This record gives sequence, C-alpha cells and structure tokens, in this order.
Amino acid sequence: MSLLTVRDLTVEFPGPRGTVRAVDGLSFALERGRTLGIVGESGSGKSATSLAIMGLHAAARVGGSIELDGTEIVGAGREAVRALRGRRMAMIFQDPMSSLHPNHRVGEQIAETRRLHFGASRRRAREDAVRALADVGVPAPRERARDFPHQFSGGMRQRVMIAMALACEPDLLIADEPTTALDVTVQAQILELIAGVQRDRGLAVVLITHDLGVVARVADDVLVMYAGRSVEKAAVAELFTGPRHPYTRGLLGSLPRLDGPPGAPAPIPGNPPDLLSPPGGCPFHPRCPERIDGCATVRPELTGGAHPAACHLLSAPEEAAP
Amino acid sequence: MTALLELDGLTRTFRTRRGTVRAVDGVDLTVRAGETLGLVGESGCGKSTTGRMLVRLLDATSGRIAFGGRDITRLPPRRMRPLRGQLQIIFQDPFSSLNPRRTIGSIIAEPLRVQGVRDPGPRVREMLERVGLGAEHADRYPHEFSGGQAQRAGIARALVTRPRLVVADEPVSALDVSIQAQIVNLLAELQRDLDLAYVFIAHDLAVVRNVCARVAVMYLGRIVEIGDRDTVYGAPAHPYTKALLSAVPLPDPVAERERERIVLRGDPPSPAEPPAGCAFHPRCFKAQDRCRVERPVLAEVAGRQAACHFPEVH
Repeated sequence: MSLLTVRDLTVEFPGPRGTVRAVDGLSFALERGRTLGIVGESGSGKSATSLAIMGLHAAARVGGSIELDGTEIVGAGREAVRALRGRRMAMIFQDPMSSLHPNHRVGEQIAETRRLHFGASRRRAREDAVRALADVGVPAPRERARDFPHQFSGGMRQRVMIAMALACEPDLLIADEPTTALDVTVQAQILELIAGVQRDRGLAVVLITHDLGVVARVADDVLVMYAGRSVEKAAVAELFTGPRHPYTRGLLGSLPRLDGPPGAPAPIPGNPPDLLSPPGGCPFHPRCPERIDGCATVRPELTGGAHPAACHLLSAPEEAAP
Repeated sequence: MTALLELDGLTRTFRTRRGTVRAVDGVDLTVRAGETLGLVGESGCGKSTTGRMLVRLLDATSGRIAFGGRDITRLPPRRMRPLRGQLQIIFQDPFSSLNPRRTIGSIIAEPLRVQGVRDPGPRVREMLERVGLGAEHADRYPHEFSGGQAQRAGIARALVTRPRLVVADEPVSALDVSIQAQIVNLLAELQRDLDLAYVFIAHDLAVVRNVCARVAVMYLGRIVEIGDRDTVYGAPAHPYTKALLSAVPLPDPVAERERERIVLRGDPPSPAEPPAGCAFHPRCFKAQDRCRVERPVLAEVAGRQAACHFPEVH
C-alpha cells in the first residue's frame, strides 16, 4: 500500500468575487523512499495541494480523499490531523521564518518537538536537538542550539527548519519551494541535504517547485499541474525525454538552458488562466499551439498507463498526434 | 566599436552600525553601443548597486562613470536631466515600480514630459504596441495587468524616450517561466529595432547565457571574471564561476545524475566582514596560502580576464 494516496482532491477558496477552485480533481500516490516533484507555475494549485495534505487550509473547502498510511485526513478532526502533523508528516517552506518562532532559541524549539511527541525528558530532548542540528550540517551544534533564528544565515536557517521537521521522525516530508529564496550555491547544498536524509531515512518526499532543474536533480517521479489539474505524470527521465502534454513541452521549450546551444527560448503565448473564470474544456487550450476541435469544450481526462497525460491529442486519430 | 559607457574604479560604500560596508569595490567595465553585457552574481555581490550607480540613481563614493565620452559621475540633477532619456532602467518587480494610482498611459508618458515633450500621446501608443500591449491598455491601471503585462509596461516606460543604454535589473526573475521567455524575446527584439545597449543584471546564469554576448561575474563587490559568453561559460577560469555553473540544476535528469558537481561550503560572505586576500578563498576548493593574504587582480587568462592566482584554464 502506498504511504500517501490522494484521490480526486479539490480545494476551493470562497472569496468576495467568487470561489476559486485552486485544486480540481487531483489524484496521485506516493511510496516510501520516493520523491515526487510537483511542478507548476503560479496559480497551478501546487501549494494548495501541500497545505491540504498537511491539513493547514483554514479558509478552504477540501473535498476528495487524502490517506496517509490508511488514515483519512480530509474531514478528520483538528486534533487527529494535528497528531499526524507532529508525528507522521512534516513540512518545510520557502521562508524558514514562517515555521520558526523568532523569540525562542532553535535548540528549545527542536527539543519541544521531542518532548511533546516522544515524551523525552528535558535533558534528553536537549541532546536530541543538538544531534538533529549536527545531522543537518550545522557547525558547532551545541553552541548554535542556543542561538535565535535571526542569528543564522539564510542557508543555515533552512537547515535548522529541516532539523526541526525531521525531529518528529516523519514518514512524509513536504518541501514547498525549499530553495527558491536561496542563492544557487546554497541551493545546491540544501538539495544535497534533502536528498541525503531522504535516502538515509527512507522518507517519502513531496517536492513542490516551479524549477524543472530542481526536479531533474532530486525527483523520482513528476506531476505537472496547470490551473489546479494534473496534466501529466511520469517517471522523471520519461517526462524530460518524452513529454506528452503540450503544456509540458511548452514549459521545457521556454526554459533558458546552460546545456545545448544558446539562443532564444520559445515562450508559451498568452497568460496563465484567471481561476475565477477558468477556460472551459482543457484549461490550457487558449495558449495551446496544438489545440484541436473539442479542446475548448470537452475536459480531457488523465489517460495512458504509466505515463498519463490529460490531452485530447493522445486519444485523437494518429495523424493529429505530434 | 566605441565605448558607450565606461566605469573606472567604481566604488560604493555604505555606513552601517557594524562599520563601513564596501558594496561595490573598484569595478572597471566597458559597454559598447548596441551590445548586451550580463552582470551575474549571488545576493550581496554588488550587481544591483553597480546598476543603480551607472544610471545615477545612486551616487558613487569614488571612481568614474563616463557616458558617451562624457564624465557623468557627479553631474547635478539639473544637468543630468537631459541625459535621463538616454540612460534608463527596468526593475525586477513591475508592480512596485508602477504607480498604482496612475494609468499605464500616464506612467509611460512621464519620462517624455520630463524631457519636455508636449504631446506624448502618439509616442506612448506606438511604444505600447511595440511591447505587445494595445492602445486600449493606456487607460488601465497596473493592478488590472498580469505580471507579464506589467513588465511590458515597465519596458515601455524605460524605452519611450529612445535610450541608448538600459539597465535591466532582474527583469524576468519575478515572472513565471512560460512568461519569462516572452519578455526575454521582447527585449532582444527591441534591441534590434532600437539599437539599444543593455546591462542585464541577473542571478540566473541560464537566462544570461541566452541573452548576453559578454558576461561579468561579480563576487563581494568585485568583478572576478569577465569575457565573451562562450569563453566564460564554456571554460570558466575563476573557480567561483566554475562552482556557480556547476550548482545550477540542469533540466535533464540523466545529465544531472552523471554530472560532476562542486558544492561550495558555507554562504557567500558578508560585505561587512570581507575575508582578507581573495574574497572567495574561504569557500574555494583550490585555496592556498597565497590566496589568504594577496588579493588577486583581474588579468588576461586564456582570452578573458579573471582575478585568480590559480585559474582553472591557462
């Protein structure tokens, strides 16, 4: 059985100008020891997905099913979800300050997790915190445990947040744009750290990012989202060598690259859809260079075995396929 | 080709509680008419401060800026004004650089009014079309625009006076990938049509590679390597350039898994406490005793300039 199973997930945010359906019928499964990259641009629903899994969606209406190791999260009571969050799953964010308390020493914050969820004694919890900091590569961990978050550099603060997330010994780690705010040389360090703990502890990781390079470096499988829907799912190598959805192809074609000949990238025309009034049919059809009859009216379903995509071209007659 | 812009020993210091910080420390640079020079580096390297100084949004502490052969380093605002139309800047966040209470048309007309143009309307409309917006956008407000459209408006404002040099400070890094390419291509098209020179400031090495014929890499306030794009990217001489390139994840899972990677230790240092000798030595995988005491200067290395005692290529 998969560690995480998401079925037909919907996340809706009611607002004064109407309801935004940020996630619209998303399904996927994730095994222990694997990293799933969820890729999308702003408004694709990738972050709303992660907040729904963590049960951190105060203002949203969540539908469908999210099962963590057989326990249903959608509709579960706050206390039940909080217990899972502290013990079975943890999340790291783009901005570490959003999950660290600014006025508490970092060692105390990590120690509190150990006391709360594992019943460790004060002394034991303190030792655990020092070891947790050492494990994520914080130099002089015993001394640094007594520092406050603002005394750390951006990269070190990210390490502290990872140490805190791992202190609850989760089975599932959700990393939402964990390196987006970092310089590229520091990003390389943090990606290496995440890949290392993933390997050592057999964690399941959901990595949410807009950066296809980051996905190529650390993910095993990829899910591409557009306008709240999953448009393509594949093993990482297949996605990059044989993208099946025109949006995925467009995204890869618009990337500036360090490999291959330099030159003008091929942009995707138009703008991302307005989720208050999303286009009918396939949400990508207004920007799609390959659209055919039916794309504007009929919503394509995700189809196609181990490498599914949601595109009418894939079920159209041979000559229409690219 | 003659130099359009020359920087000579350009330096900027800031006073802080922790002492004097040298954000930019002796930058020499030449930009030729019609070319695109990339200025790359990580946060705090001084690339944006350099960009702001060279359009005179920020005064230099010392050094010299010559534009079209004329020293503009200390020109007072009254005498700088006629030159403003020739020297423009595009910012990273289009929304924070466009006045939310003014229409797009009036925002784009403003630089023309400063130059004393009495009826800016026709030129505003022409510029809107050049950047891929329509005349109908002139009456709208910035909040009605998407990120890509707002950046197009920012570009129109910068180019409406027909500048000869434009500093583009991270012009695409706030945009989604699919939109970035639209803006990059627009900038290239405008350069061809209007004979512009760009100083393209970015942290994204891949974007710079696609846009710039020449590139300068900065570290802690100084240029550590500068040369033609293919030379610098193809065979970097400075260990920092090499590490920076190797840190960028490639959108190619097979290459990513086989690739040799240099992972630098530590964070970029603070300009408030610059290391002695070569500023890069505490993170450098090749550092030796000499690097800890003697600051390397830019020198000719295999067809480009690099500031390193032990360059990667000879």
